[in-house]
Amino acid sequence: MNNYLLMRDEFVLLGIILLLLIAEILLIGKNRKIVAGIATGLFIVHTVIGFLPLPEGTLFGGSFRTTHLLHQMKNIMNVGVVILLLQTWTWAREEWSGRGRISEFYFLIFSTLLGMYYMVSSGDFLMFFLGLELASLPIAGLVAYDLTKMRSAEAGAKFILMAGVSSAVSVFGISLIYGITGSLYFSEIAQNFHVSGLGTIGLLFFMSGLAFKISLVPFHFWTPDVYEGAPVPVTSYLSVISKAAAVFALAIILFLIGREFVSIWKPAIYWMAVMTMTVGNLFALRQKNMKRFLAFSSVAQAGFILLGILSFDKVGLSAVVYFAAIYIFSNLATFGVVQVISLKTGKEQMDDYNGLYRTNPKLALVMLLGLFSLAGIPPVAGFFGKFFLFMSAAAHGYYWLVIISVINVTISLYYYLLVVRAMFLRKSDTPIEPFQAEIPVKIGLALTVVGILALGLYSPFYDFILQLTTNI
Amino acid sequence: MDILSLLVAVPVLTVLVLFFINDNQLVRIISALGIGIETLLTLFITKSYLAERQAGNAAEFLFTRDTVWFEPMNIHYFVGVDGISVAMLLLTAIVLLAGVFISWNIEDLTKEFYISLIVLGTGVFGFFIALDLFTMFLFYEVAVIPMYLLIGIWGTGPKEYAAMKLTLMLMGASAILLVAILGIYYYSGMTFNMQEIAQMQMPIHAQRFFFPLAFVGFGVLGALFPFHTWSPDGHASAPTAVSMLHAGVLMKLGTYGAFRVAMYLMPQAAHEYSTFFMGVAAIGVIYGAFGAIRQTDLKYINAYSSVSHLGLIFFGMMALNKIGYTGAVLQMISHGLMTAVFFALIGMLYSRTHTRDVTKMGGLLKILPFIAVVYVIIGMASLGLPGLSGFVAEMNIFVGAFQNPDFIHRAFSVLAVSAIVVTAVYILRVVGMMLMGPVKNDEFYKLPKAVWYERVGALLVLLPVIAIGVAPMWLTTLIQDSLGNIVEHLAAYGH
Repeated sequence: MNNYLLMRDEFVLLGIILLLLIAEILLIGKNRKIVAGIATGLFIVHTVIGFLPLPEGTLFGGSFRTTHLLHQMKNIMNVGVVILLLQTWTWAREEWSGRGRISEFYFLIFSTLLGMYYMVSSGDFLMFFLGLELASLPIAGLVAYDLTKMRSAEAGAKFILMAGVSSAVSVFGISLIYGITGSLYFSEIAQNFHVSGLGTIGLLFFMSGLAFKISLVPFHFWTPDVYEGAPVPVTSYLSVISKAAAVFALAIILFLIGREFVSIWKPAIYWMAVMTMTVGNLFALRQKNMKRFLAFSSVAQAGFILLGILSFDKVGLSAVVYFAAIYIFSNLATFGVVQVISLKTGKEQMDDYNGLYRTNPKLALVMLLGLFSLAGIPPVAGFFGKFFLFMSAAAHGYYWLVIISVINVTISLYYYLLVVRAMFLRKSDTPIEPFQAEIPVKIGLALTVVGILALGLYSPFYDFILQLTTNI
Repeated sequence: MDILSLLVAVPVLTVLVLFFINDNQLVRIISALGIGIETLLTLFITKSYLAERQAGNAAEFLFTRDTVWFEPMNIHYFVGVDGISVAMLLLTAIVLLAGVFISWNIEDLTKEFYISLIVLGTGVFGFFIALDLFTMFLFYEVAVIPMYLLIGIWGTGPKEYAAMKLTLMLMGASAILLVAILGIYYYSGMTFNMQEIAQMQMPIHAQRFFFPLAFVGFGVLGALFPFHTWSPDGHASAPTAVSMLHAGVLMKLGTYGAFRVAMYLMPQAAHEYSTFFMGVAAIGVIYGAFGAIRQTDLKYINAYSSVSHLGLIFFGMMALNKIGYTGAVLQMISHGLMTAVFFALIGMLYSRTHTRDVTKMGGLLKILPFIAVVYVIIGMASLGLPGLSGFVAEMNIFVGAFQNPDFIHRAFSVLAVSAIVVTAVYILRVVGMMLMGPVKNDEFYKLPKAVWYERVGALLVLLPVIAIGVAPMWLTTLIQDSLGNIVEHLAAYGH
């Protein structure tokens, strides 16, 4: 019985989910706005509990595994979600409490997070698939949250169809792998797998399911439409937490089962990396809508993460986790600003940001830091994340890939500077009026700034992650 | 905290203080104070450096401090200076201080201007003291990125275009540089420490691949032909202080890096590629000079002349002997000072006449005596008149280049020397058209004379130019010992 404490974080989160499910029944006739406070508060408690030490071990005969690395991955995701919840404070309270759908939002967010926990912690393909589905389905509900808006509903339908197909392909791949190895457990697959045509197809099909969630090219077509149609908090969640979780899962599973057949997946990852960063960048160049712009920029960012997976060693894995953590802070900073402005003024076009620094200097500075971090400019954290990813790829002689990547970094700098240009260089006749955001939103933005400034320069954070990767 | 890290800490603290101040006048005073302290600090470092050397301290780098930063990657915060970096620090401090005074009249977003300017300065100071490639690269990028805001917000003309072009070209170059740095790291036993890398011989095939990447990566910032195209546009659009800093100091990051990183760490490849890059540099020298002849906009003239003069720096390096290196380092400092004064003067003229077109000016010597006289002096220095700094530098470069007995090297040397004549043409042409002759516009009679902060800014930079020209020995002693080390190193590993 004691062993079940290994699932402590999952149990706590499940408890919160169940509580939220009945919260509105208990609150009939009262002000529902309080739900936002309850949900955010409970989740902060959950995050704090998450930082308590947790032993390593497995459950259900190896279906569920937890190690210090997996535990900290969940913590990183938790911190991201806390920031996100703080940033969505106003949106959830003002938009949805009146319509009686406020707890639903938190319920769905937490459910998909629970799915991601299981996805990352899985020890066999069955658990992985359950996690994947639990992580995907509630997102469809979130994307279509604003049902009365055409675009939101359309985006929800698009997402559920695409997610369904990709899950089906993925599970087909898993079935092929099962056919060859006679097992669903990662540890047994790693031993019994032998390179064959069927195995190649199986592995690639399985990877495509995760590639869809990370929106790697050529599995990225859903991204811009869904990102644009979904409410900003959901877009933010999709592009940050959901993406990070899928990257974690992909890295972990490849590290667990991939050693014997690097010849299959390494070329696939290599070319997906090249295509993802290039296509993502080229499309981002022309975007005028801030949400679409950030969507494509996050597609490109995912391409860089693959460099760490490709290197397939401790240093590479730690670079992936390190970069993902930094990416969460950077992208939440940019999305946070977009969200605040969209909520207060309804403006989402890049031209609307003209002259932002002169009216709302603090928001513009947060955005600037976030963009610089995404572009990899020192001394903010993104520089260190990217540098270490490139280092891990160069360590294995992938110099051409690094050259392609740095060219892409330069291209990406161009479109990040376009936003800087709008905010700082341009002036506008109808600028965004100065406004004050609510305290929790401010805290949410401030936390991202702290992360962006500290995670890079403060080297013990990296040492900590590296030391975690000794046991995957 | 050691004394070199103070060089980074003082400007960082200044920036932090500036963040909380909203009064424009106070912002200016604090900036001047911060950079003033920084300048004093640099002078103090120079003095103690010379004292140490005199006391017989023969270590390659002095005042070193080595702190482990990212232990698993063997990344250190490792700083130290030799004579060359001390000279560059002096240059930076002088130009930055002058830049702070020259920008006294900026009213739009004053605080943000000074913050960006000082952040840029921080990057430059950090770059020149860094001995760890990672730290160096980090400071390099910190120095480049504020340019975007500085040109984009406070610039003139097609500033958005110029800012974007400059930033993208320089950051693109730094991306190439990053690949070279990673290559150096992995081919020399996983270390970023330049002293250690220098002792380790990288395999020749790796040097052949990574030397051009490193040399060009830094070369772009040094306006190496044909990657100089950002420079005229960038300088023309930048506000005065930024042109000064950029042409005077930031471009020297490129030449210094090409010397310190590319050539010093990969000496064999430097020898192999020397003829090629010497040729490229010679083309740059000629091309820049002729480009300057054709221009009528003062800033473009000066920008092209910078391309020409920086070409001379690369040219001197590629001579691969001590005289050539001495000339190259002297030219870095001399050009840094000269061009800073030029841009300062152009800024003063432009703010009065509202034109930079030389054909529309004339007779300004009578109306603006201070500005005009300084312009003539600096023009003479630029065309290499003995008694001013330009002569000392160029003389060394050409003598060094001609010493190499290789026929092609000598042919290039002759070619490059001929550019001096062209230089004389464009300098004298400007002096003649703009300062002499009749006053073309009656409005000009009303132009105000130079005010105190302009005089301070200009004189701060002008005096060292004369000092180097009259008594070059103090500067050569400063850099001589360090150059000796490098020459021995290059000679030992170079074949």
